[in-house]
Amino acid sequence: MHTAIADLERAQIRSDIPEFRPGDTLKVHVRVVEGTRSRIQVFQGVVIRRQGGGVRETFTVRKISYGVGVERTFPVHSPSIDKIEVVTRGRVRRAKLYYLRSLRGKAARIRERREPVG
Amino acid sequence: MAKQIKGVLGTKLGMTQVFSDDGKIVPVTVVQAGPCVVTAVRSPQPDGYRAVQFGYGDIDPHRVNKPEAGHFRKAGVTPRRYLVELRTDDAESYTVGQEVAADVFAAGDLVDVTGRSKGKGTAGVMKRHGFKGLSASHGTERKHRSPGSIGGCATPGRVFKGLRMAGRMGNMRSTTPRLTVHAVDPERNLLLIRGAVPGPKGSLVIVRTAAKQLAPKEAR
Repeated sequence: MHTAIADLERAQIRSDIPEFRPGDTLKVHVRVVEGTRSRIQVFQGVVIRRQGGGVRETFTVRKISYGVGVERTFPVHSPSIDKIEVVTRGRVRRAKLYYLRSLRGKAARIRERREPVG
Repeated sequence: MAKQIKGVLGTKLGMTQVFSDDGKIVPVTVVQAGPCVVTAVRSPQPDGYRAVQFGYGDIDPHRVNKPEAGHFRKAGVTPRRYLVELRTDDAESYTVGQEVAADVFAAGDLVDVTGRSKGKGTAGVMKRHGFKGLSASHGTERKHRSPGSIGGCATPGRVFKGLRMAGRMGNMRSTTPRLTVHAVDPERNLLLIRGAVPGPKGSLVIVRTAAKQLAPKEAR
């Protein structure tokens, strides 16, 4: 990649995004623009994948809304994300949690991750 | 009608994505635009047309042939790799030796971008002309990507001239019209042009004011 493009991409990377992994439950605060005014909407769910690298990295959050599974994919460095809160950290054994799509209720729970001591 | 065409020569650096003000992802091509130098100005007397000639790109002075070296000496500039003329009715407002760079354009301008497309070598009709090929099944054997019939039999008894067939594809001058300038970086002479432009990375591109000022052709 040309250095000018690398500079351009580096300039857009946000440093205020917390570290999170697939399996974690997030609250994503999204800026929603309606006409002239904007407000913040919270999308809470489980991260089922992170994909891509650098400024192109995206993540997908899945939640169950009124009994219907809803997935939203966000660019990690998007300026329309106001902030990201990590609610819980989950212990999972794969990078892509697509198996959650065929599970519901109790079976779709994710064990909480214990931080290694020290 | 006086057409004032602005233009600049540049190098295609590659593509990336940037976020727009409303948080949307915009695919952009980054072009190192200029600095170019005006090496000649063509006017009706004595040339018979109006144009401005730009020189762009570094070159080892030993590799410039004698006639070109003389042309650059006459303009009083160091030799450049590329020379391109831009037809514009306000050619007389340029002076020889003047520098032209990315800041001739502003964000939101519509531009046509010309380059030399990537060479594809010998290509079949499906890739080269978008033919549909033959059926995948219904008894087709080893002919799935072939053109099919190329004409009649005893009448006309020949294949018409210009019939689209397989052959060399790409490595041709190509212009993508009506692209939007997303942003200009005058300090580093970068143009961010929405969408793709012809040619490989590192190749010469000519960016100039769009000939047709219609609604922009959005990146598809």
